[in-house]
Amino acid sequence: MTSTIVVNDIRKYYGDVHAVDGVSFEVEEGEFFGILGPNGAGKTTTLEVIEGLRQADSGTVSVFGQSPWPRNTGLLPRIGVQLQASSFFERLTAREQIHTFASLYGVSGKVADEMLERVGLADKAGSRAEKLSGGQAQRLSIACALVHGPDLVFLDEPTSGLDPQARRNLWDLLRDINERGRTVVLTTHYLDEAEQLCDRVSIMDSGRILESGPPATLVRGLDALTRISVEAGALPEAQARELFPDAEVSADEVSLTIATRAPAPVLAALAERGALAGLSVAGATLEDVFLKLTGREYRA
Amino acid sequence: MTSFVSLSKAMARGFVRDRTAVFFTVLFPLMFLVLFGGLFKDQTLPKSKVLQVGSVAVLDQIPADARTELDGVLEVTRSDNRDDALEKVRKGEVDAMVEQSGGRVVVHFSAADQVKAGTVTGLFSSLVSTGNLAAAGVASPAFTLEPQRVEDESMQTIQYVTPGLLGWAIATGATFGAALTLVTWRHTKLLRRLRLSPVHVGSLLGARVGVSLAIALVQTAIFIGVAALPYFGLVLSGYWWMSIPLIVAGTLAFLSIGLLAGSFAKTPEAANVIANLTVLPMAFLSGSFFPLDDAPGWLKVVSEALPLKHLVDGMRDVMVRGEPPGAVLPQLGILVAFAVVVSAIAAMLFRWDDV
Repeated sequence: MTSTIVVNDIRKYYGDVHAVDGVSFEVEEGEFFGILGPNGAGKTTTLEVIEGLRQADSGTVSVFGQSPWPRNTGLLPRIGVQLQASSFFERLTAREQIHTFASLYGVSGKVADEMLERVGLADKAGSRAEKLSGGQAQRLSIACALVHGPDLVFLDEPTSGLDPQARRNLWDLLRDINERGRTVVLTTHYLDEAEQLCDRVSIMDSGRILESGPPATLVRGLDALTRISVEAGALPEAQARELFPDAEVSADEVSLTIATRAPAPVLAALAERGALAGLSVAGATLEDVFLKLTGREYRA
Repeated sequence: MTSFVSLSKAMARGFVRDRTAVFFTVLFPLMFLVLFGGLFKDQTLPKSKVLQVGSVAVLDQIPADARTELDGVLEVTRSDNRDDALEKVRKGEVDAMVEQSGGRVVVHFSAADQVKAGTVTGLFSSLVSTGNLAAAGVASPAFTLEPQRVEDESMQTIQYVTPGLLGWAIATGATFGAALTLVTWRHTKLLRRLRLSPVHVGSLLGARVGVSLAIALVQTAIFIGVAALPYFGLVLSGYWWMSIPLIVAGTLAFLSIGLLAGSFAKTPEAANVIANLTVLPMAFLSGSFFPLDDAPGWLKVVSEALPLKHLVDGMRDVMVRGEPPGAVLPQLGILVAFAVVVSAIAAMLFRWDDV
C-alpha cells in the first residue's frame, strides 16, 4: 500500500527564483499534514504542483499512485481543493454556489444542502457570496471543496485574515473533516495552527523543507527552556536565584520568570512556599523550532 | 451535460443580477434607438424663419392657395427696423431678411448655417422665377419637377437605425461578456478552481457561448419589439428571419474578440478598456449610427475588415431592404470565418492562470 501522496525531489524555478528547491515528503492515508513556513517559502507552489496546477521542473509527484500532471480528470474527483482566494461565481448566493460546484461532480442538490448545513451556513444560504463575512466565505469555500466527498483535501491558508473566534470555529470544522477519515493537507503560516491541528508538519523556508515530524516531537527535540512565571512579589527575586541556581531568573513589575530545563523541581519548590499566585507555564513552541532551524525570528 | 447546464445557469444569473451589464448591453443601446427613432422620426426640414422689411411683391402678391403651401416651409414675420432685422440674421435668430428695391429682391442670410442659407435662397429663387413666369404670362410651364426617393416610402430613420444599433448592442454584449467572464474568473481564481474540478473545457466554453447567444436573441426581440411600436413604426421585410443566423454568426465573432481581449488583459478593468476600445470605434466605422456613404475611401476599406460592418449590412439587407436570404450569404460566411480564425488564436493564447 503506497502513501496517498509521494513527493520526490521536486523543483520549480522561476528564472533565478528557486520557488521549490528539492522538496520530498509523503502523506499517509487519513493523516492531517501541514506545510508550515513564512510567506514566500514555497508552500503554495508545492501545493500547486501536487494538485496538478503546475508542472515541476524536475522530480516526481504521485497522488493515489497517479501523476496529477497533465490535468488528470480521473484523479480530480478524488481530491478537494480550497484555494487561497475565495473563488466564487459572481453574484450567486451561497446555496447557488455550492449547488453549481456539486453539479460539476455529479453530486445532488440534497447533498449540497447538507454540506452547507454542516459548515453552519444554512441560515446564510440565500446570501450572495460577496455579502458573507471572511469566516463565512472561508467556510463556504471549504464546503465547496468537500461537497463531492473527496478522499484528499487541500487547504491553502484557510484561516488567514480571520478573527480569532472565526479561526477557532474553522479549526473545529477541519478537525471534524479529518476525523471522518479524510486525508488533509494544509499550508499555513500560523505556527499555532499547525501545532493545534496537524499530525505531522514540514517546516519550509526558501523552497526547502528544513524539518519534518509531529509538532510535539519537533518541539521536544529542541531541548528548550520552560518558562515558569508567577506574580511579582510571590517570591523575592534574590531568593529565587538562590533556590534555582541553574535557572535563568528575571523579574519585572508584573511577574517573576524562571526559565529552566527541569521544570518539575522548580514547580515543587514554588508550591512548597505557597508562591503559585498567577502561575503560568510556557513550553517551547514551533516558533522556537523555526528560530533554531533558520537562526532568525519567525515572521509570518 | 449537467456541468454545461449548471455553468450556463451560473453565468446567466450572474449577468441578470449585474445591473451595469444589463444596462450597457440592453438599455443603453435601446436608449439610442428611442432617441434616434424619436428625434428624427419625421425628417422634414424645419420651417425657415424670414423677416420681411417693407413690401416684397413676390410674397405679398402670392395667390392664397400658394400662400398656404408656402406657409408650410416659410415663416414670414414683418419688421419695420431694418438694422434690427439684419442684426437678428447675424445672430442666427432668424434665417434671413428679405427686402425689395425696385425689381431686385434682396435676401440677406448668414453663411454660418449653410444648409439653412441654401434652403432660404433656393426658396426665394423659386419664388422669383414663379413671379417672372406669371409676369411673362406663362400659364403652364414646359417643365415641371417631381422629386422621388429611391427607397420605398416606409424607409424612415427607424428602418436604418434599428439594425445598426442592434448590431452594436450585440457586439457589446458578446465582447464584454466573453472578455469579462474570462478575466474576472481568472482574477478571482475561479477558473483555477474549475480546472481542479473534472469539468470539461468544452462545457465551460459551451456555457459561455450559449448564454451569449441567448442574450443576443433577447436583445433582438426587445429591439424589434420596441422599434415596431406604432410610434416608431419599424416595418420588417419578408425575410427578416434570415437575420437570426446572421446574429448567431455575429455573436460568435464577437465572443472570439472578447476571448482574445480576455487572453491579453490581466484585470477586469483592463478587459473593460480593451473591449471598449474595440467595440465603440468599430460601431462608428461600421455604420451602426450613421451611413458611411460620405466617408473617405480608405475608411470604407478599413470597415470591410470589421465584423460589425458585415453584421449590420446583412441585417439591413434582410430586415428592412427586402433582400432575399441568399443575398446575405457572403456576410454570413465572413462572420463565421472571422469567428473561426480569431477563436483559434484566442485558444492558442488561453491561460487558466495569471502566471
